[in-house]
Amino acid sequence: MENLLNIFVKSIFVDNMIFAYFLGMCSYLAVSKTVKTSMGLGLAVIFVLLITVPVNFLIEKYLLKKGALIWLGNGFGDVDLSFLTFIVFIAVIAAIVQLVEMIIEKFSSSLYNSLGIFLPLIAVNCAILGASLFMQEREYANLGEATVFGLGSGVGWLLAIVGIAAIREKLKYSNVPDPLKGLGITFIITGLMAIGFMGFMGINL
Amino acid sequence: MSNQEKEPMFSAKNIKLFTTPLGRDNPITMQVLGICSALAVTVKLKPAFVMALSVIAVIAISNVVISVMRKFIPDRIRIIVQLVVIATLVILVDQVLKAYAFEVSKQLSVFVGLIITNCIIMGRLEAFALANKPWPSFIDGLGNGAGYGLILVIVAFFREFLGSGTIYGYPVMEKLGLYAAGYENNGMMILPPMALIVVGLMIWVQRSRDRSLIEKN
Repeated sequence: MENLLNIFVKSIFVDNMIFAYFLGMCSYLAVSKTVKTSMGLGLAVIFVLLITVPVNFLIEKYLLKKGALIWLGNGFGDVDLSFLTFIVFIAVIAAIVQLVEMIIEKFSSSLYNSLGIFLPLIAVNCAILGASLFMQEREYANLGEATVFGLGSGVGWLLAIVGIAAIREKLKYSNVPDPLKGLGITFIITGLMAIGFMGFMGINL
Repeated sequence: MSNQEKEPMFSAKNIKLFTTPLGRDNPITMQVLGICSALAVTVKLKPAFVMALSVIAVIAISNVVISVMRKFIPDRIRIIVQLVVIATLVILVDQVLKAYAFEVSKQLSVFVGLIITNCIIMGRLEAFALANKPWPSFIDGLGNGAGYGLILVIVAFFREFLGSGTIYGYPVMEKLGLYAAGYENNGMMILPPMALIVVGLMIWVQRSRDRSLIEKN
């Protein structure tokens, strides 16, 4: 339990997707103009991460890893499909995003209206694929850890995008040098926020 | 994304296709694409170079492939088709790197895989390759890849030079004898936040030199 909490807190603050690894920057910069839309996108990212990371974990464990196919019989013990990781992960993500979109559309039209437009965007959000690849690289031991890591990464991403959106809303009233307006100042503010988040480095529960 | 409409069919002026993404229409500083994987690999010049070359290769080849197939790809499933093409190329790049440059491939870790979701590539496929012949698409891919690589290398140059005192692994500061004179490396440059700030400053420089690029809100 403590271990899970540790992974959760770490993935939100220390290994924050945006501030430590710059993942999902494209949509982070493009959709962070107002708090409301960035909240919607952030929730959608959490949702998708919560599903894709555990699914990819299972696929990695029972299909792709060296020796993972042993449950098919002894002859499959040497099969190493890990070179297929990228294509399988991205296919799984694209399929799940599509599936999630259809399910939400069917069962909750209010949720669909608020998340719907963002879902197709998410399939190519680097944070989603990045989380799956980090999950693979860090070799989480079981499904619980992988799920918690997915959830934490998503929450961290939401925190970052809502934070920058709030700052950008206020920024309209401030006097930024012309050439820095828009993209430039957003980069620099993100850098400053990242320095702030570095204060969490080394946290261990 | 917004400048796609302005770009007419330059099939006769291929050189221009190559040069605009290097400066005025740079994928990172102007189109805001592909930042995701750009910054994390810029601590040292060497991984930045390798990353730039990998991206150029993937983007140019995938542009050609999609352009060749553009008449046969059904509109509704084009994203999946594009992803499959890109993912295949990235697997090739990854395997080549693992075979011939294992150390760099370890440093780049997950970021090679993340070329798949690099928005520059999808963006160029959507905006250019789907509507143009293979040769111009190839040039467009090279140009955008090079524009991306250029920023990567510049950022990496400053971060390595100021952060570690070396250029491409060569200890410049030490040879100049600056450490003896009391110079200290700026450890801050190695940390992730500085990548963002360096890019921000580059955008500032570029836009003050060419004021027509300034954003109006």
